[in-house]
Amino acid sequence: MLLTQQLANGIFLGATYALFAIGYALVFGVLDILNLAHAAIFMLAAFVCLSVVLAGYPLAVGMLVAILVAGLAGIVLDRVAFAPLRRRNAGTLVPLISSIGFAIIVEAIARGIYGVNDHQFPSLVRQASPIVLGPVTFTFFDVAILGASIVLMIALAYVMRSTKLGREIRAVADDRMAAALLGIDIERTIALTFFIASALGGAAGVLAGLQYNSVVFDMGGRIELKGLAVIILGGMGSITGAVIGGFILGITETLAVAFISSSWRDAIAFGVMFVILIARPAGILGRRALRTA
Amino acid sequence: MHELVALFTRYHTLVDQIGINAILALSLSVCLRAGQLALAQAAFMGIAGYICAIGVVTFGWPLALAAPVAIAASALVGALLALPVERLRGVYLAIATIGFGEIVRIVAYNLQITGGGDGLNGIPPLLSTQWIYATLIVIGVILYAARNSRFALAQAITREDESAAAGVGVDTGRVRVVTLACAGAIAGCAGILYAFTNFFLTPSDFAFGRMEQILVYCVIGGVTSPVGAVLGAAVMTILPEAFRFLQDFRDVLSGVVLLLVIVFAPGGISAIWSSVRKKPAAQIGNA
Repeated sequence: MLLTQQLANGIFLGATYALFAIGYALVFGVLDILNLAHAAIFMLAAFVCLSVVLAGYPLAVGMLVAILVAGLAGIVLDRVAFAPLRRRNAGTLVPLISSIGFAIIVEAIARGIYGVNDHQFPSLVRQASPIVLGPVTFTFFDVAILGASIVLMIALAYVMRSTKLGREIRAVADDRMAAALLGIDIERTIALTFFIASALGGAAGVLAGLQYNSVVFDMGGRIELKGLAVIILGGMGSITGAVIGGFILGITETLAVAFISSSWRDAIAFGVMFVILIARPAGILGRRALRTA
Repeated sequence: MHELVALFTRYHTLVDQIGINAILALSLSVCLRAGQLALAQAAFMGIAGYICAIGVVTFGWPLALAAPVAIAASALVGALLALPVERLRGVYLAIATIGFGEIVRIVAYNLQITGGGDGLNGIPPLLSTQWIYATLIVIGVILYAARNSRFALAQAITREDESAAAGVGVDTGRVRVVTLACAGAIAGCAGILYAFTNFFLTPSDFAFGRMEQILVYCVIGGVTSPVGAVLGAAVMTILPEAFRFLQDFRDVLSGVVLLLVIVFAPGGISAIWSSVRKKPAAQIGNA
């Protein structure tokens, strides 16, 4: 009984991890850079949703506005922190630092506005009546989060596989020069990649904020490194890998809590990440999976 | 009068922080000189800080014994860390070493002897500002004296082109091991100085946030330049203090300055300095 419950908890946790890590994987797959501002946008979206809800609008409106704002913040991030560096081929270290710079700014603004304390959603929004299904107990909310994550992941898969934009993103990821020669607008494609990646990261932020009922300026730090572990598990740049990696990490963590100890939970995530990097640096699904996804 | 004392205390702490951050930045610059984006400085700092503090506080060792043991231990950890990550480069090496750092932090959090999440209290104030700057100067002089040594050249060629390095007989694996051992020893010194001027240690002192700061110091300073690393640490430690009047918003300006330097001064502070002296600035290629 305990095992089934823990597996269910792991899946709920994994959904947020997966949604967050997709954004890392997408940007890494297209640009070969690690975007450390992703966690700041995750936090930004949670605050936007909270503010809209506190202003009296329904939660659905808050989520939509938050996801939109997160996506737009992603485009701003690209213009401010990455586009100038692309023009001079600055390698991979420098964009990593400029994304830290962007994250510092966003976090400092959030801290300036909302202070350092936890903020909660009003109780109306988050009513947790437990649902019992056989051996597993969960809240309506857990299911809603899982459902929302899966819908967003399917939507992304559709965009990537079956639309012109998806084909363009994959072409740019594969070979930027060749894509440019084919007449693809590289800068526009990259901007839209950032929009999608950041919108999904924002959705993850809203869902995580609701799940823990806590929104705070440094909430991104909790998931930032977990997201790295997920994309290492799944293979850098692979979206499918990020989804599978997210669920694997979520389930592993909850099982670790159940069978070992909650205080060692995070060591398992990073231990697995370290071992995979050493044994199989390309991750479970290999590195270039985005280009064929 | 009280305000004067408070002012002195505040800037005294700031002066200490600048020195310690400069040593940490030097440790990372040693890695970056060899093209190794190894982000374990915070972990090395924690390992040496805890070993030294536990030696003195729990076992009653004299500092003169505990400090060399702690520095040797963090250097050894650095050398050992270089072995499993042998095949990793660039961002992959960065992530593996970040993961290593998190494991060290979580272990410190779970052990009894480190005081767990509450931290280790009651570390005697055996070191002070003079010790920090003496250490910084010694490390700086050693790095400066060694700047044209065979090892420094081996590091430079490993950074620029690893197969060429192997072609001219440089053992790049050995360069990596020695580089990380040196980085471990230098960051270990910073950890000990931090422990004995701060009087208590918690695992969160060595979290990823600190590692990000160290990386920022180096890049602001100019990636491979030791002088730049020290200047970068000084500037980025002072900025939040200088903008203290902005209260919770003060870090906004640190972020803005960071972005401006990266976008408009690619080689960092040391490049601005070099261009004044009409020398080409060192830039990292595809680290």
